[in-house]
Amino acid sequence: MPTTRTDRLEIRSSDDVVKVRQQTRVMAIEAGLSLVDQTKIITAASELARNTLDYGGGGELRLEVVEDVGRRGLRLTFEDSGPGIADIQQAMKDGFTTGSGLGLGLGGAKRLSNEFSINSKPGAGTKITIGRWKS
Amino acid sequence: MDRIPILKLGDALLVTIQVDMHDRLATALEEDLTSKIVAFGAKGVLIDISALEIVDSFIGRMLDNIAAVSRILDAETVVVGMRPAVAITLVELGLSLSGVKTALNVERGMALIKSRLEEFDADDED
Repeated sequence: MPTTRTDRLEIRSSDDVVKVRQQTRVMAIEAGLSLVDQTKIITAASELARNTLDYGGGGELRLEVVEDVGRRGLRLTFEDSGPGIADIQQAMKDGFTTGSGLGLGLGGAKRLSNEFSINSKPGAGTKITIGRWKS
Repeated sequence: MDRIPILKLGDALLVTIQVDMHDRLATALEEDLTSKIVAFGAKGVLIDISALEIVDSFIGRMLDNIAAVSRILDAETVVVGMRPAVAITLVELGLSLSGVKTALNVERGMALIKSRLEEFDADDED
């Protein structure tokens, strides 16, 4: 799938989570997403960036404006080399948290996206990809 | 450190959140608000979020916390000015803000707090 623009951001501090939201907004507008779709993917990005920081010990975000036959959108890939997730199914459940949050991050980010994939193994870090398509 | 200004508006306090909130700012706001509720004997807290482009679970939890602490200090919290796209997103995220009262704008939020005060006054006369 052709990517028309790629950007990368480090996620190392709480201020970086703010930068993630700002850059996601810029790229979502570039991808032509509607206001509601922009709001959804920025919110999902905010949840996942905070997870990367709090549970993954920091990591990196790749933002891509992607264009396929007849569709255009924004894809975000969060990657960390933290402790990983032992039970992904359990981690996806609303209300489940190993930290102090509300436990809505993963399930919520999935609901707010058109595309969602997660790859994680204990000790091998976590990689989460979400996408939102122009409707 | 940055601080979010808190204005006194009659018996209520008005907070307008205009910046992208980060952790330290949220914690500072909770602390500042609670001390001002006590200092002014405020009966209500209006939090205007019309400038916020998103509300994630972090901000949602902050609003819930402020409402819970204010309630213990006998002040009602009303969140006003939420954008339609934010409301749609919040529900899909799974946050219903069940502990927080909401109103469309500052005027209606103020009316809500006033009506609560009048109820109390009526109770006192009984």
